[in-house]
Amino acid sequence: MRAAIVLALVCVVLPIGALHAQSTAGAPVAAPPAQTDLAKLDQRLTAAQSSADNAWMLVSAALVLMMTGPGLALFYGGLVRQKNTLAIMIQSFALMALITVLWAFVGYSLCFSEGTPIIGGFGHVLLRGVGVDPNADYAATIPQLTFMVYQLMFAIITPALITGATAERMKFSGTVVFMALWSLFVYAPLAHMVWGKGGMLNATLGGRFPTLDFAGGTVVHISSGVSALVCALYLGKRTGYPKEPMPPHSLVLSFIGACLLWVGWFGFNAGSALASNGLATSAFVATHFGAASATIGWLAAEWLMRGRPSALGAISGAVAGLVAITPASGFVAPVPAMIIGLAAGIGCFVMVTIAKARFGYDDALDAFGVHGAGGTIGALLTGVFATQSVNPIFHDSQGRSLPVGWVDGNASQIGYQLVGIATAWIVALVGSIVLLKVTDLVVGVRASADQELEGLDLTEHGEEAYNLEM
Amino acid sequence: MKLIKAIVRPNKVDDVKDALGRVSLSGMTVTEVRGHGKQKGHTAIYRGKEYDVSLLPKMEIEVVVPDNLVDDAVAAIIKAARTGEIGDGRVFVIPVEQSYRIRTGERSDT
Repeated sequence: MRAAIVLALVCVVLPIGALHAQSTAGAPVAAPPAQTDLAKLDQRLTAAQSSADNAWMLVSAALVLMMTGPGLALFYGGLVRQKNTLAIMIQSFALMALITVLWAFVGYSLCFSEGTPIIGGFGHVLLRGVGVDPNADYAATIPQLTFMVYQLMFAIITPALITGATAERMKFSGTVVFMALWSLFVYAPLAHMVWGKGGMLNATLGGRFPTLDFAGGTVVHISSGVSALVCALYLGKRTGYPKEPMPPHSLVLSFIGACLLWVGWFGFNAGSALASNGLATSAFVATHFGAASATIGWLAAEWLMRGRPSALGAISGAVAGLVAITPASGFVAPVPAMIIGLAAGIGCFVMVTIAKARFGYDDALDAFGVHGAGGTIGALLTGVFATQSVNPIFHDSQGRSLPVGWVDGNASQIGYQLVGIATAWIVALVGSIVLLKVTDLVVGVRASADQELEGLDLTEHGEEAYNLEM
Repeated sequence: MKLIKAIVRPNKVDDVKDALGRVSLSGMTVTEVRGHGKQKGHTAIYRGKEYDVSLLPKMEIEVVVPDNLVDDAVAAIIKAARTGEIGDGRVFVIPVEQSYRIRTGERSDT
């Protein structure tokens, strides 16, 4: 038996060794290998797996960056009025730069180094100790540098999502200061609580309240969505809202942006497996099915209630589904993924078209209606549909797999999901109020009425998106 | 000498241009405009928020014609631009006092 395994290993590893140009031609295949050869084989097998995982994770990191720029920048850029196009796009782009620099200084350390159950410590400040060696706590087969840069892309897109609520009226300086603070004082603690070793909500690394969040339903979407609502309320309505018409200036841009988001989301969710394995495939499939059924949900609701299905409805539904499936993607089978998507498509439609009008807040591009609502729906339903047949994340002391979600019979998971959801809501609510107040005192948050009238492109950035005259 | 100002459907501009060519008028100015008369607009809905699109896109054609050609030109425009539905547009005829050619500075009164 053992000989057969060794032989199989040789067959698998030999071609890979040859690729590395470290000739193993001299090794007799049929001869019983010595102990040292076994160790070598083992090493090469590990190297081969690491190469495969690393390739996928680098691609995933690039896909997630693509979600911010161009994805989100185009999606939001098309939804604003023409005079604010560049202003909203540059906010996404500036965050790509700003969060990256912060991440190297302290951001990564506050999220992922060991610290308290609430926030990480300073062990990785200036990326100290982050190199090509894996960090086995998080991802044992890829360089920690890969893990670090992959997580950075999440830290970038999360504050960028909030700009959908502050669009067309928040000053650039205020945006920069607020987002920088927000990244350190809202994102970092939440990311540490849910994903960091020892975080209080971490499901696998010693959390007191094991919350299931595969790719960021609480950390990314509830946090940004709820903060978006706070921003919309703090800033107040855009001048003229809701009396003056403020239709999207180019749904073509939004359409392209939404398509890029959908594709990029495969890196976001399937990449969160942190390896190129079956779980990644499972998350990939759940992501796609969730987005598809949410698109149908939103369109159907719109068609029934308003008489016509719209392009904006289709792409909004897709994004809502992608948001909701994010926490569930690595825990649920395809059919439950479609149920989650459908619930999000219809739920977010109601939030955006009915609740927003009733309560009268000006969430300009519906960052709360889609990310806050969709994230909450998804985080809750993850507790319902998570199953050990997809991801055996819980074990007993003998290593046997335990039920994960309600469908497995673990109803208490719903309670933990509620704890996670409530924590994310509270941190985002309180953190955003305080940080907005601080930002307001330091640089101010709201553009003047004159600036709003003329447009932020010209008054904040001295340029215009379209100079089409001859 | 009269200025004929015709507001027509955008897809009728070429027909009007050809028709005016047939009554031997060559010069014209065309502008994209928005407006409404009796025609009602549409309702656009973006994420549940309704907007009345009551100002519809039209094209405005301006031609200056000698007095003796005014009736022919107006008839040609109406024939070419008409669909019979509400929203076909309007034709206005306005007197012109003087006219100069910029290249030469010459004044022409016809």
